[in-house]
Amino acid sequence: MTATEYKAGTNLEKILSEGKFAVTGECGPPKSADGSVIENKAKMLAGYVDAVNITDNQTAVVRISSIASGYTAMQNGVEPIVQMTCRDRNRLAMQADLLGAHTLGIHNCLCLTGDHLSFGNHPEARGVHDLDAINLIEMLRRMRDEKKFDCGEEMDVAPKFYIGCAENPFGDPFEFRAIRLKKKILAGADFMQTQCIFNIPKFKTWMEEVRAEGLHQEIKILAGITPLKGVGGARYMKNFVPGMDVPDEIVDRMAGVEKGPASHAEGKKLAVEMIKELAEIEGVAGVHIMAVEWEEAVPDIVEAAGLLPRPTVA
Amino acid sequence: MITAERKPFDEILALVGDKKKILVAGCDTCVAICLTGGEKEAEVLASELRIKAEQDGTGAEVEHTAAIRQCEWEYLDMIADKVEAADIVVSMACGIGIQSMAEKFEPKLVVPAVDTNMLGMPQEHALWLERCGACGDCVIGETAGICPVVRCSKSLMNGPCGGSHDGKCEVTTPEKEDIECAWHLIWERLKAQGREELMIKNRPPKKWNLSSSGGPRKMVREEAKLV
Amino acid sequence: MADADVKAPAAEAAAEGGAAAPEAADEAPKRVVDPDFEPEIIVFACHYCAYAAADLAGSMRLQYPTNIRMIKLPCTGKLEVIHLLKAIEAGADGVYAAGCLEGECHYLKGNLWARKRVEHVKRLLEEVGIEPERVEMYNMSSAMGARFAEVATEFTERIKALGPNPVRREGVDAHAAAREALGGVAMPDDPVPSAATSEEGHAE
Ligand code: SF4
Ligand code: SF4
Repeated sequence: MTATEYKAGTNLEKILSEGKFAVTGECGPPKSADGSVIENKAKMLAGYVDAVNITDNQTAVVRISSIASGYTAMQNGVEPIVQMTCRDRNRLAMQADLLGAHTLGIHNCLCLTGDHLSFGNHPEARGVHDLDAINLIEMLRRMRDEKKFDCGEEMDVAPKFYIGCAENPFGDPFEFRAIRLKKKILAGADFMQTQCIFNIPKFKTWMEEVRAEGLHQEIKILAGITPLKGVGGARYMKNFVPGMDVPDEIVDRMAGVEKGPASHAEGKKLAVEMIKELAEIEGVAGVHIMAVEWEEAVPDIVEAAGLLPRPTVA
Repeated sequence: MITAERKPFDEILALVGDKKKILVAGCDTCVAICLTGGEKEAEVLASELRIKAEQDGTGAEVEHTAAIRQCEWEYLDMIADKVEAADIVVSMACGIGIQSMAEKFEPKLVVPAVDTNMLGMPQEHALWLERCGACGDCVIGETAGICPVVRCSKSLMNGPCGGSHDGKCEVTTPEKEDIECAWHLIWERLKAQGREELMIKNRPPKKWNLSSSGGPRKMVREEAKLV
Repeated sequence: MADADVKAPAAEAAAEGGAAAPEAADEAPKRVVDPDFEPEIIVFACHYCAYAAADLAGSMRLQYPTNIRMIKLPCTGKLEVIHLLKAIEAGADGVYAAGCLEGECHYLKGNLWARKRVEHVKRLLEEVGIEPERVEMYNMSSAMGARFAEVATEFTERIKALGPNPVRREGVDAHAAAREALGGVAMPDDPVPSAATSEEGHAE
């Protein structure tokens, strides 16, 4: 495959297109104008992941913008996947930002609906939701492939993006979740990262449905992993994070070790075991490690999972 | 129907200020049905205002009345004398009724005593649930008669989002405990109707210019205009 | 036994009044209790229970304050928010509804509705700066003459401690105003239900 055949030509796209097992990370920008936070996180992850997601006002809390942070990450040696939610921008602002991201050299974009404003620190704000994630994917694909704005007007230079989406294999109605992935493929998504997986058997059931529809051949699926620092996090996610499915065995396992270095080690060990198990599933093209506010765990996990060195692609 | 909730008393007091002749005006249509601003509730608010005025020694006089429909001028004629005699009208009608009153009796000071909040369905006695956002482009023919504009917390055209859980929406603030996920309901009802394919196809972005994003809306029925 | 029951609350309240004074000094300034204050209290009484209980108390010759003045209703469920509010607005120092025991309403749920309305009125009073304790809901059966007297005593003491309703309307008879607000809902009084009250109380 020559460079010109790539949709966006990003490192992530190339690795996935060549059928190599991809590793992506995640990095949350800070709640202040301190850009050095991103710099440090990027340096920590560079060489251990193929690209890093930069969250967009994650959990509806204001932070440095994902595009600005993505640029900082890029300057510090790691390819960004900027996230874009439909919550804070209308279709004009989204298109303008996407054009801008392209000009900055950012070419991976993950299209999301966004957590509801009621979770965040500005619950009184007006939620935009002009488009939904599927509309956003489609708009971005048309910009890229048809050089058209959402309104149909043509543009001279199309923004090049490798288009991502997220899916929650544990959301309800469960039987609709594979269909929703299909909708996103139809809209134009190239890769998909899942919500954190803790319930592997349930994920396997979902992957069976995905394979039955042949969807794994139409989209690159990255399985989401969140290393646990301790039992507190496990319980929190089980009880308070919408759409999260944390089986009791995992909570019990984390509860069985002492909080601190021991639980950190256990959390990493669990993550490694899970990555190995997920990598065996047919149709899983990579892993997405979301160690938010625990980025320093990622190098150890990637190494222990035998995923180093990361491949280089031309 | 249109529903409204009474404003906090202190807010009403602040709006009334130091006016001496106060008329609390209810409306006997939607806001009466939702037990917020009918004649009975107008009488209660008037009584509260009098009790307060008596304690504060303001000497304010408070009366109450109600229009059959405050949003229509012909019904306002019936209470015109009382309105004219007042320094301020504290209206308990929906936002439309309040404006209709303010426009008809301009420049009479008319202030709201309620917060108009939704187009709701009376689910059971004393419980209303939002059902329509008057978006100007109804899509429920394809969503099993369930409105995604107001019943989905994110107005998704292609739901459900990843937060849908056990049929419940991800938004479960204490005030909104147990809201049903509209898209879960849509999926279930479409299945029952054998029309799942409607949810499998991608719906385009919504035309929000037909809703209030397009500026104030206007409706004319030429065939019905009086000549 | 009945006698002891009735007197106990009043005695307690009196004892409290004396003992509480030094303690109260370092708390928020308390209303000065006027020993001569005789509150005017309106009772909305259901004729199936409380009104009959008052009769019984009378025939048992139980003592209870003469401050209470009753209005007979076919059911406390007929009582609306505005009726309670109007009584306060007209200057009543305290108002309570007395309905059947829960689960024993002649109309099934009237007394439960009344309780909710009384609770709502408490919230409204709070908004307008009047002590919500000035309104209350009680339940009793027609056989509970002693309970009737006990409630009357207890509530009168409560209102005495609160002091007069800040809304004082010269020349307005709160009882008559409350009756008027009720319109056709109020039932005519029985002729002199209780010798104990009416002899020195407010004869109609
Ligand atoms: S789609 Fe629009 S018009 Fe139809 S019910 Fe929803 S808000 Fe109302
Ligand atoms: S959970 Fe359901 S109702 Fe709530 S925002 Fe998501 S799709 Fe809409």
